[in-house]
Amino acid sequence: MPEIKVTPLGAGQDVGRSCILVSIGGKNVMLDCGMHMGYNDDRRFPDFSYITQNGRLTDFLDCVIISHFHLDHCGALPYFSEMVGYDGPIYMTHPTKAICPILLEDYRKITVDKKGETNFFTSQMIKDCMKKVVAVHLHQTVQVDDELEIKAYYAGHVLGAAMFQIKVGSESAVYTGDYNMTPDRHLGAAWIDKCRPDLLITESTYATTIRDSKRCRERDFLKKVHETVERGGKVLIPVFALGRAQELCILLETFWERMNLKAPIYFSTGLTEKANHYYKLFITWTNQKIRKTFVQRNMFEFKHIKAFDRAFADNPGPMVVFATPGMLHAGQSLQIFRKWAGNEKNMVIMPGYCVQGTVGHKILSGQRKLEMEGRQILEVKMQVEYMSFSAHADAKGIMQLVRQAEPDNVLLVHGEAKKMEFLKQKIEQEFHVNCYMPANGETVTLLTHPNIPVGISLGLLKREMALGLLPDAKRPKLMHGTLIMKDNNFRLVSSEQALKELGLAEHQLRFTCRVHIHDTRKEQETVLRVYSHLKSVLKAHSVQHLPDGSVMVESILIQATAHSEDPGTKVLLVSWTYQDEELGSYLTSLLKKGLPQAPS
Amino acid sequence: MAAHLKKRVYEEFTKVVQQQHEEIATKKLRLTKPSKSAALHIDLCKATSPADALQYLLQFARKPVEAESVEGVVRILLEHYYKENDASVRLKIASLLGLLSKTAGFSPDCIMDDAINTLQNEKSHQVLAQLLDTLLAIGTKLPENPAVQARLIDVACKHLTDTSHGVRNKCLQLLGNLGSLEKNVAKDAEGQTTKDVQKIIGDYFVDQDPRVRTAAIKAMLQLHERGLKLHQTIYNQACKLLSDDYEQVRSAAVQLIWVLSQLYPESIVPIPSSNEEIRLVDDAFGKICHMVSDGSWVVRVQAAKLLGSMGQVSSHFLEQTLDKKLMSDLRRKRTAHERAKELYSSGEFSSGRKWGDDAPKEEIDTGAVNLIESGACGAFVHGLEDEMYEVRIAAVEALCMLAQSSPSFAEKCLDFLVDMFNDEIEEVRLQSIHTMRKISNNITLREDQLDTVLAVLEDSSRDIREALHELLCYTNVSTKEGIHLALVELLKNLAKYPTDRESIWKCLKFLGGRHPTLVLPLVPDLLSTHPFFDTAEPDMDDPAYIAVLVLIFNAAETCPTMPALFSDHTFRHYAYLRDSLSHLVPALRLPGRKLLSSPVSPSITPHEDPSQQFLQQSLERVYNLQHLDPQGTQELLQFTIRDLQRLGELQSDLAGVADFSATYLQCQLLLIKALQEKLWNMAAPLYLKQSDMASAAARQIMEETYKMEFMYSGVESRQVVIIHHMRLQAKALQLIVTARTTRGMEPLFGMCEKFLQEVDLFQRCFITELPHLQDSFVDKLLDLMPRLMTSKPSEVVKILQATLRQSTFLHLPLPEQIHRASATIIEPAGESDNPLRFTSGLVVALDVDATLEHVQDPQSIVKVQVLYPDGQAQIIHPKPSDFRNPGPGRHRLITQVYLSHGAWTEPCQIEVRLLLAYDSSTRISRPACLDSAEALPLVENSIEGTIPFSKPVKVYIMPKPARR
Repeated sequence: MPEIKVTPLGAGQDVGRSCILVSIGGKNVMLDCGMHMGYNDDRRFPDFSYITQNGRLTDFLDCVIISHFHLDHCGALPYFSEMVGYDGPIYMTHPTKAICPILLEDYRKITVDKKGETNFFTSQMIKDCMKKVVAVHLHQTVQVDDELEIKAYYAGHVLGAAMFQIKVGSESAVYTGDYNMTPDRHLGAAWIDKCRPDLLITESTYATTIRDSKRCRERDFLKKVHETVERGGKVLIPVFALGRAQELCILLETFWERMNLKAPIYFSTGLTEKANHYYKLFITWTNQKIRKTFVQRNMFEFKHIKAFDRAFADNPGPMVVFATPGMLHAGQSLQIFRKWAGNEKNMVIMPGYCVQGTVGHKILSGQRKLEMEGRQILEVKMQVEYMSFSAHADAKGIMQLVRQAEPDNVLLVHGEAKKMEFLKQKIEQEFHVNCYMPANGETVTLLTHPNIPVGISLGLLKREMALGLLPDAKRPKLMHGTLIMKDNNFRLVSSEQALKELGLAEHQLRFTCRVHIHDTRKEQETVLRVYSHLKSVLKAHSVQHLPDGSVMVESILIQATAHSEDPGTKVLLVSWTYQDEELGSYLTSLLKKGLPQAPS
Repeated sequence: MAAHLKKRVYEEFTKVVQQQHEEIATKKLRLTKPSKSAALHIDLCKATSPADALQYLLQFARKPVEAESVEGVVRILLEHYYKENDASVRLKIASLLGLLSKTAGFSPDCIMDDAINTLQNEKSHQVLAQLLDTLLAIGTKLPENPAVQARLIDVACKHLTDTSHGVRNKCLQLLGNLGSLEKNVAKDAEGQTTKDVQKIIGDYFVDQDPRVRTAAIKAMLQLHERGLKLHQTIYNQACKLLSDDYEQVRSAAVQLIWVLSQLYPESIVPIPSSNEEIRLVDDAFGKICHMVSDGSWVVRVQAAKLLGSMGQVSSHFLEQTLDKKLMSDLRRKRTAHERAKELYSSGEFSSGRKWGDDAPKEEIDTGAVNLIESGACGAFVHGLEDEMYEVRIAAVEALCMLAQSSPSFAEKCLDFLVDMFNDEIEEVRLQSIHTMRKISNNITLREDQLDTVLAVLEDSSRDIREALHELLCYTNVSTKEGIHLALVELLKNLAKYPTDRESIWKCLKFLGGRHPTLVLPLVPDLLSTHPFFDTAEPDMDDPAYIAVLVLIFNAAETCPTMPALFSDHTFRHYAYLRDSLSHLVPALRLPGRKLLSSPVSPSITPHEDPSQQFLQQSLERVYNLQHLDPQGTQELLQFTIRDLQRLGELQSDLAGVADFSATYLQCQLLLIKALQEKLWNMAAPLYLKQSDMASAAARQIMEETYKMEFMYSGVESRQVVIIHHMRLQAKALQLIVTARTTRGMEPLFGMCEKFLQEVDLFQRCFITELPHLQDSFVDKLLDLMPRLMTSKPSEVVKILQATLRQSTFLHLPLPEQIHRASATIIEPAGESDNPLRFTSGLVVALDVDATLEHVQDPQSIVKVQVLYPDGQAQIIHPKPSDFRNPGPGRHRLITQVYLSHGAWTEPCQIEVRLLLAYDSSTRISRPACLDSAEALPLVENSIEGTIPFSKPVKVYIMPKPARR
């Protein structure tokens, strides 16, 4: 039986280190190749030795697909391709291909330069790895080899994020990567057509949440910022360089524009500037508003947002500053935070999740006195706000995507086991499809029912189609013909032709059946009664009364003879060929019920 | 010029090839005029190849065919049709047959049989489809003939089994347009095999081709549109189509479901997978709601739009649309509404602050199951969050319509509408503000909602702010803090955008009037009075202070205790404002003060009347004088004109009428003055100077008459006659003056001729109105017409002069509603000292923002004129999309004007103004030659054919020389 096998090497009942192996129709595909944020040892990368103990990965994998540029989806790529060794094609979208190396380089710098790790991939490896990448467009069907084809769909989430459909013959699977079903200020919503894949592998980060309207959050955010600025306070927004940062920038930029505000907005330079450049470039990947207005003005060419300089932090008057990193654990954002924390007019807005132990986590959990290095105590008087702007689909969004794609099976990855359980139950209940949630290293095997193409001659097709009178719905239809399996292909031909091709003589198969009818009248009269009865019942068929005293219904012959023993019983002889089996058996059952009482 | 010539050459050149045939054809047509068909026949017989024949047919199709010869032509075409082997030619013939049968005055029943016969042997699917289309044309021409219809339906049914989707499409279209239900039932009695059209069409809902499925649904909708009642059984079929793979099918199915829900709102349908039953309209509502989260935005727009018109849906279902929490999760949660309320009272920041504050609570057991199936939950929440703004706008509109019919729903949707005020697309924001205004009768804003609403006041778009002011006019506020907040925000708005003054005052007027009791406790605070000390008197010219006073005075109107809180200067300010801003400040009953009229309220309504009366009286006075001495007449006219102009300034609602009549009197005055000139008694050459004045008068009258005709909206034909009459008089005057001042007869001939033509034209155009013009100039002139035609120019002039003097002053009947078009340029403000610098020879864009009042069809007539210091003028035609229509009779022009000029040594001012372009042929059809004579190239300030109707604004610009 054909089957699809899925083994998550990472992201199985877990978030981070996304890496899923899919074997479909004899092809092996690796979906994403990410690193895990939580570990610094070998566990940070997927265990590629699972794929093949010895021997090259290239021989085993047909292709690798990267859904988007977040490090938990592409962080292990240089390690995988250069250090473990893989030379096959790697597919990603154009924006991902552009931004991915920047992030990888940044990641490498932090690990090697700051933490002083050795045996890590080098800049050159990143470059070499990117050379193996094949960029794809949205909705472009890429033929990986003769049988395997992939196609990208828009996924929202971050710039260039895509869902991928993998297809071998008539078997297909869709991998969503991370996606967002509600549009935000700079990206649109994920969309997929009714592709009815055999398997849908979906992320499930927010499996148990149904999020509130985005507008409330946006409004609150803007209101807080606006009020603080009006009060003359300074606003610090610690962000990561990519993704949410751009959304917040657009949000504030448009708000400033709308409200005619004058207070300066600064953005810490470096990585972000580079990234903004790509946002400007890949304008087709953004949302409707930005796409429609970029002819007049590219929204990412900010009017109010300027590059930040260290010295600006001491400037008097209100200002808004976006600074990296997002968790206030080091760097510029922490420096600014220390400067401003003492003033209650100021505010810090944490737009994302903070890991335990960081300053961000401490202030979010309500600590007002922080111990900095050097036994220094920092009193936090500024307001602290948390504002979640997550770009993952919530439970409702996931259900919506499942509804849109109409898969036969669903597989959940990239989420917590407990939450997945809930969603799994919901999916099975509402869509009546199987739902799986394998842990890392656990293999799920699904049976598929692929279609087998069979050739049919046009003449036969037309002849068989013409039999039905009503319009042809797109549903299974019964056809008569002979299936010939020859030379590794299937053909459906008419029986005559089959006989001819095979050089066989035709045999006729005839069924004969006797039906006893209690009738005292003469045979001729019985025949007449049968005739009139059939005529009235079978309106759509031709019923004839032949001169030799028999009745023909289409090609079925009915004759009546008197019973040899009981003259009051007549024996009806019904005879039909194999081809008329349907009508024939219907007729016999009809006749067995007896004739209607004749008007005497 | 060269380019033009080249174009001509090309045109001729390209035509050459085809014209050879055409010329012959036309020649033949002339020769055999009685039968056009013959010509065609000959042409077609001549055609050697299908391409040729097609060419002939194409040419033939360009010319109309008279109704009499249609039948003949059809016969010829059919004859050729049978002979033709080429499918494309047959296709063209089939389409021609359809075109011909549409010819007005031709009854196509005679060709129907032939058309049906052609179907028999046709093999090409395309031709078949075209022939069916022809039959459709024939069928629609003969709607009263049931036999024909029945026959055509038979034909359509027969071809329904065709393998081509095009043919099936057409058949279904035919059924939809011609199939009938009732008549067939009648025939059933006669024993004829009855065909239930709906059943047949319904069968094709499951066709394998999506285009045919769409056509089937469309045909069904067509049946409905034609007034046939659709069966309820279709409902189930249509519901299945909602999950079709193709968006056009789903889109049409949504429509069909909507139609059925309107037809059978109260029927009961079972809910699958449970044994409950609900009303059909509720079920349909749920299904359409479900489509709001469809994959295709076209379907989403369609669904969101239709939701708005489902007023009969039960409130239980309606309110679910705003409730996302019940959806898919099967767990109970607080509604968004409740949470917002809670959040506000607890001062919490956002829902995102605490992880899991929206986590699912206990599970709901039953009941909710079917809610998921019906999918009404959260439909609007989704619609309003949609990616495409088209969907969002549709959702807002639907919300508006539903809220208008259901107060409780209005209350619920408030939070969502307020959220939409922050949308990224201005159109959506504007739409939601308007929606809110429309439903504001049903709602009272909570303080937190008001807060969000007011935050938008700082928006830089004037449209948004004005819409918001309008919204605040109708809003109910629940607390005095709310009022205070609104006032503070409005004052902030005023400080930021001083141009909003009027609009803010008006807004506060209504706000005060609606909430007197809430304003009362705020009064001491607002006026900053102190129980013991006198405070400083605020500045009376401060717009913010005026705004506060407007609020207080309007509240005081219905709150008699309030004036006791006023200090002395407040009363003085009241008196001042009552005079200067009477439309904003009501009459108050003040203690210890004699009011102008003690029964205030009743006296206000007749208050308008005296001015109306005054207007009537002064006009009558003028019209009554016929034979006063010239001096007295002139004076009276002058005074009346002055009175009317002043009246127009004071009474804005009478301004149109007053100005209109004043202009008319002004013309009359000019005419009288001109005729009083001594010039007439003297020898011509001596009085060149005076004659200049007379001809200036003539010119001015002409100008004024154009203004009267085109600048006022609501001018009726009776006024137009009088205006044209006045213009005719002016032309006569011009003629006389010219005759007097020029020597030689040569030019006079032409002028006389032209004038007489004009008189003739006048007569032709206004033949119906002539009886009203007794004793007038034209009346007399027409009497003398035969004589004028024959006499010499000098005599004509003499006669004209006499008639002009003798003719009486025509009474100008006043139209019901007349408004003068006016325009104000808001931007550029014209106060900037910083010149707009740009490199000479390049282009700079100047933003122009103006409001237009009482301009009909501004898209075609309003122009922007830019006048450079060197006298060079430029007229810019704004794009139609630059005009917006914020209210009845009001338009707003927001456009960009491109300026360019050679280098200047120093900055200089250019003038920008708006013009009203007119085309005299629009009101009365005139021969084209006259128009072209009028549209002369511009001279001086005013341009022929345009009227300036706004104050010019000066813009300081500086084209710098280009650097090398």
